[in-house]
Amino acid sequence: MENKVKRNLPDDLMTKMNLKPFESVEIGNPEVKRVAPKVQVTTGESKVVDSLEDVIKKTLKDGMTISFHHHFRNGDFAFNKVMNLIIKMGYQNLTLAPSSLTGVMNDTVIEAIKKGVITNITSSGMRGSLGDFVSHGGLKNPVVFRSHGNRARSIEEGEIKIDVAFLGVPNADPAGNANGQEGDAVFGSLGYALIDAQFADKVVLLTDNIVDYPNTPASIKQTQVDYVVKVDQIGDADKIGSGATRFTKDPKELKIAQTVNQVITNSPYYKQGFSFQTGSGGAALAVTRYLRESMLKDGIKASFALGGITKPTTDLLEEGLVKKIMDVQDFDKGAAASMAQNKNQQEIDASWYADPHNKGAVVNNLDVAILSALQIDTNFNVNVMTGSDGVIRGAIGGHQDAAAAKMTIITAPLVRGRNATVVPEVETVVTPGDSIDVLVTERGVAINPRRKDLIAAFAKVPELNIVDIKELQEMAQKQVGTPKPIEYTDRVVALVQYRDGTIIDTIKQVKD
Amino acid sequence: MTYVKNRLRRTMMFVPGNNPAMVKDAGIYGADSIMLDLEDAVSLTEKDAARMLVFNAIKTVDFGGAEIVVRINGQDTPFYDEDVKAMVRAGVDVIRLPKTESAAMIKKLVADMENAEEQYGVEKGSIGVMAAIESAKGVLNAPEIATATPLMMGLAVSGEDYTADMHTHRYPDGRELEFARNLVLQAARAADVYAFDTVFSNMNDTEGFYRETKYIYELGYDGKSLVNPRQIPMVNKVFNPTKEEIENALSVQNAIQEAKAKGSGVISMNGKMVDKPVVEKANRVIETAKASNLIDEEGNYIGE
Amino acid sequence: MEIKTVGVAGTLESSDIQIMISAGQNGIEVDLDSEVAKSYGDQIKKVITETLNKFGITNAKVKATDKGALDCVIAARTLAAAQRATETNDEPRLEVLQ
Repeated sequence: MENKVKRNLPDDLMTKMNLKPFESVEIGNPEVKRVAPKVQVTTGESKVVDSLEDVIKKTLKDGMTISFHHHFRNGDFAFNKVMNLIIKMGYQNLTLAPSSLTGVMNDTVIEAIKKGVITNITSSGMRGSLGDFVSHGGLKNPVVFRSHGNRARSIEEGEIKIDVAFLGVPNADPAGNANGQEGDAVFGSLGYALIDAQFADKVVLLTDNIVDYPNTPASIKQTQVDYVVKVDQIGDADKIGSGATRFTKDPKELKIAQTVNQVITNSPYYKQGFSFQTGSGGAALAVTRYLRESMLKDGIKASFALGGITKPTTDLLEEGLVKKIMDVQDFDKGAAASMAQNKNQQEIDASWYADPHNKGAVVNNLDVAILSALQIDTNFNVNVMTGSDGVIRGAIGGHQDAAAAKMTIITAPLVRGRNATVVPEVETVVTPGDSIDVLVTERGVAINPRRKDLIAAFAKVPELNIVDIKELQEMAQKQVGTPKPIEYTDRVVALVQYRDGTIIDTIKQVKD
Repeated sequence: MTYVKNRLRRTMMFVPGNNPAMVKDAGIYGADSIMLDLEDAVSLTEKDAARMLVFNAIKTVDFGGAEIVVRINGQDTPFYDEDVKAMVRAGVDVIRLPKTESAAMIKKLVADMENAEEQYGVEKGSIGVMAAIESAKGVLNAPEIATATPLMMGLAVSGEDYTADMHTHRYPDGRELEFARNLVLQAARAADVYAFDTVFSNMNDTEGFYRETKYIYELGYDGKSLVNPRQIPMVNKVFNPTKEEIENALSVQNAIQEAKAKGSGVISMNGKMVDKPVVEKANRVIETAKASNLIDEEGNYIGE
Repeated sequence: MEIKTVGVAGTLESSDIQIMISAGQNGIEVDLDSEVAKSYGDQIKKVITETLNKFGITNAKVKATDKGALDCVIAARTLAAAQRATETNDEPRLEVLQ
């Protein structure tokens, strides 16, 4: 069958897994039912145990679903500690359902798949050797990719049933009250893990820092926690941050960032009390810097900044240019440290952030979202999941969710090396073009023809070089030439869900 | 591409000729002129490869409408002859001769270009030349250099080599360059060619860059040589005409229209006659204002 | 044209390609290392082979390490390496590039 973004979905798999094709970015007002976890009643005096192995033995059975969070990113020690024991103990047929998978987890996941320990995976994304392994058919069952908002929705609605959540934290008291803000390996917001703590049947905290009861502020609460496991070291603080917060000096990135700022400040949304999400990466940080200059000059203050947060954004909070930060994740030490110090930096969980089946998630209140792309096609469909070689090397993250903003801007260089970024058709549709409004490249700005209001608004701005997206695509092709199409087998190695759980695309095994 | 004598040349961005990544993206920053460098930016062992790369880039890369200048190697090097031939064959807009010290050197360049044009079937006179003035002798001979050929596009002061020749070096206040800057500018204006100031290479000294750019703008320079694309908007900002200048220029243009409509040869504004330098200045102001998006299509002021 | 020595041109920087040409017997044999080999491998080899043929080399071993170079860069680097390999680089044969 073909879905609304014209991707062919294999009927047998769709029927077998009871999946629905993607229809629309409009979520509507459906009535949904949420699930509740099983609770093993305890009085909760002290839940501290020394043996992780004992806890695994007590909580885990073959065939269960286990979860982790990725807030430690490449400084994560929790995942490998737990998974290596699970592999050693000989478990089989587990479903791995982390909020995302980072590079430090790759080797362990591949080993677990090879030994039959992990047979199913759902994640926001995967990169490096694991993406390569899955794209070459290493895992029998297709991986299910979900956005952060969709993961929260799936957990709430029981599509992902977490049996045991193993959650690393930089501090916890003996009863299980914990946050991400104090200790040796702080990462700030615990946003993604909060859903696991709320909905998993068994919640196991791992920490190297047991503090006095009661530990506040308690992001994860004692009411949710079954065990607190003491470990030597839970994470490497130096590898949590995605690099030091350094502004890019790459003139091309700066040029794109400057143009993005012109798009924002000339849009109808740029007014007192507007809101934005910028994300991480060199260009995003530079956008924040240019936006700051404009806001100072124009006397404009934002009501909130959303999303993955970086230090330049918490600086805006300090300066009073942004009134609140709605913080689901922190990308660097500075942003993480700021959460402990500024009460206006509100920790939010993934559901509050982005769950489409909600009584209103923050993304619905968002004016401007700035997002990246590996590829974008002439229908504005965006791929953030597969490279131009067809291999999995990315993550949905909050991409589909933040695109619910009133104006979603994609920033991308026209070409990367010899790969065109603006293409006739993306390898994998992740975020549908219907939710994308503007594309900013170094060679011009394209506006989704759907947005007649923005076309009219930007036509009056001479500094903006407005071009048809097809022109950009042709410009790219003229530079790099026409690539040979990637060859895939018929086998589906991954399903990409839209945020409402419908299937927006599949990823096939690459032929080598 | 064909050489155009008169055009906006506020920014001349240097791009190392042997760096494909930088050459490929040179067109995206809005530089008025792009100078692909075969001389100082290319090591002696890579002169042949850089020449080929620049040759092919001129033929295929989209430079976004910028004027393409190539700085060839000097006449005292073994690379000069082939550089001239290659750039004529590539159809570059302007060839820049480094270390120019006399009119004879420019005349030799033009003669060599003519030979190459003949040899490769390139239209005669379709490529301009410019002279980099990098020594005391070059400065003193600037007047004859500027008038050496009708194909002369402009003169550029090259501060590093000049100050070395003068037994000094660059200082933040630029007093060591005062004589050279004034003489070169004077020579350029007298010969009706363009004048370009030297590069400012400390990217961390934004204030110093603005100070120097403002200074040379006030002297009357047409543009500045740049080493980093980030300097382009900074130069443009300095070169932007003020609202009053633009409005005055628009009035001058209106007066010209009126005079034309009346069939009158005399242009007058507010009862005063408008003469040629005023008309030319008005045209320059409008051209700059348009390039900097300070006026719209209909000529209304839309700057801040 | 006779290959007299190993000719190398180009760098390992982004958007460049390094071409190393040495004598061979079985036509133009290109050993290509490129991140875009899947999509552009055939095209890259075609540009190298055509450039060498136009220059007058029909037998050579070519080691190409590509960092995402465009065709115009590949051709320029191939010609530079070929002229170095044949020790003719004092007479650039730019017509090969046209």
